[in-house]
Amino acid sequence: MGAYVARRLATLPLLLLGISAVSFALLSLAPGDPAETILRQRNPGQMPSPAAVAALRAEMGLDAPLPAQYVRWMSRALGGDMGRSYLTEQPVAAQLARRTVPTAMLTAAALGLALLLAVPMGILSARRRGGAVDAVVRVVALVGASASSYALAFGLIILFAVKLSWLPAVGYGSAAQIVLPAIALSLAPMAQLTRLIRGSILDVLGQDYIRTARAKGLTEKAVLMGHALRNALLPAIGATGVFLAHLLGGAVIIETIFTWPGLGQLIVGAALTRDYPVVQGFVTYLAVVVLLVNLATDIALRVANPRLRYERGQV
Amino acid sequence: MRSHAERAGERLTGGPATAGPRCRRQWNALLREPGTALGLFLVVTLLTAGLLAPWIPLADPTEINLPERLLSPSLEHPLGTDHLGRDTLSRIIHGTRTTLLAAAATLLLSMTIAVTVGMLSGYYGGWPDTALMGVVDLLLAFPSLILALAVAGALGPGLLNVLLAVGAVWWVGHARIIRGITLGERQMGYVTAARAAGAGDLRIILRHIAPNILGQIVVLASLDVGWIILGVAGLSFLGLGAQPPTPEWGAMLNDARPHLQTAPHLLLLPGAAIFVAVLGFNLVGDGLRDLLDPRLRRLGD
Repeated sequence: MGAYVARRLATLPLLLLGISAVSFALLSLAPGDPAETILRQRNPGQMPSPAAVAALRAEMGLDAPLPAQYVRWMSRALGGDMGRSYLTEQPVAAQLARRTVPTAMLTAAALGLALLLAVPMGILSARRRGGAVDAVVRVVALVGASASSYALAFGLIILFAVKLSWLPAVGYGSAAQIVLPAIALSLAPMAQLTRLIRGSILDVLGQDYIRTARAKGLTEKAVLMGHALRNALLPAIGATGVFLAHLLGGAVIIETIFTWPGLGQLIVGAALTRDYPVVQGFVTYLAVVVLLVNLATDIALRVANPRLRYERGQV
Repeated sequence: MRSHAERAGERLTGGPATAGPRCRRQWNALLREPGTALGLFLVVTLLTAGLLAPWIPLADPTEINLPERLLSPSLEHPLGTDHLGRDTLSRIIHGTRTTLLAAAATLLLSMTIAVTVGMLSGYYGGWPDTALMGVVDLLLAFPSLILALAVAGALGPGLLNVLLAVGAVWWVGHARIIRGITLGERQMGYVTAARAAGAGDLRIILRHIAPNILGQIVVLASLDVGWIILGVAGLSFLGLGAQPPTPEWGAMLNDARPHLQTAPHLLLLPGAAIFVAVLGFNLVGDGLRDLLDPRLRRLGD
């Protein structure tokens, strides 16, 4: 296990280097001159003089060749300095750090909610395959997969905040304010998880060892809970990385709607104003998070499924 | 009476004598599933509305009429008007056109990349395969909407840029699946036979393998339309996609946000339109998958 983790950790820097290089190249090739953008920010309504632009370009190191710029950016980023926002001139790293907590809270709440609904729905639906419960669950899952989180978000706001005044529509800080965004965000992963769990329980129930368990006289409940569930949940654990990706993607839109001060709101603002240092820093930061979560997922899978541990002599 | 030769020709080419009943049988199988039938109905309705939008007698979707702003539904404006006095029904129907064209273009772009990368990687193997799949794994680890957002941000706002951005990030998952399918086909006897007959790599890929995996590619593409519609509308909602005054559902949602309290139907209508479109394409995609390629069933669930 230790050797496996070490080997995986060793490949992380390589992957990170790849992602950061690709995003750096993409943003550097994008149209528009950052120096000119900044000067326009500083003196609104004025056309910056070519001399001033050239001076700032030299100051920012933008006149160096692209690979040199990247090496400089990377060496600073390794020390925790990801540059400053063109727009607010605040350090990017500090902005990312400040906005991580709200996004983590929101995605955790949404994932928890999705699991809370999806696991029992998947189990019930698989146990009574073809029955009424199964039909209802399948329709819920299908509708959930098709409804856009933003349309649902507005529906929730109109119903619970405007018509009924039960919950606050927007804002951040109190427990009540997380309810609506978390529900809106949990919809898509809930639907997908339900389908995944239902499918994998049905798969497992067809296996020989389930027939053995039934043959030795166990109740259906004991078969399901004691034998089937542990194996059936493996694909769901394996897909955690995918769900995290969906949640983070969805959070971009949900945070904008509910004015939730998280990473999603930051990246949307940065993308709209072409605040490249923020976009670049965000993409790199997110890559670190996603790669670490994938690693944690794989380790969790090995803990839950001993068979994987003997693969290629790894123990 | 038809000649013997004609009938032999039909047998060889799988002409009408055999293709007709099989086609009809599959079509009937599709319609027997109530979900698929509903999906087909929704998709056909949307396609008709989208294609015919310019010829349907509707109010101009972009004509601003400030005195008639934020009207409730009436005979003249069946779904009311928006904050600039534009007819909502007309904008929803013209929005269908925008959305479907955008989704079709994005799908074409992403599937072209996916098929090219997947088939080359699966057919040739070796270091090109390792390199391409390395890139795919790198991109797969990443939330595609955020990647598309970064690309769209770099390119600047605009519907075309959103298409390029979504197309540029959407292909990765499919490339992996198509690589796997190609890898399987390469081992088949007919590929060996073609090579023995002197066919080159390109000819084997295009003339022998491609026609055999086309069904699976169509299924993959059909399962994807819903996601692409959600992605494009989402980026438009954030202000990166369709720019005013283009009628587009995501942009309409964005326009209606300030009027949440006074005119909630302006938000609910485009939201419902997106839902209906995505639901319709998802139902058809599921139906096609079950019919054409039961092997893919597990990938979607």
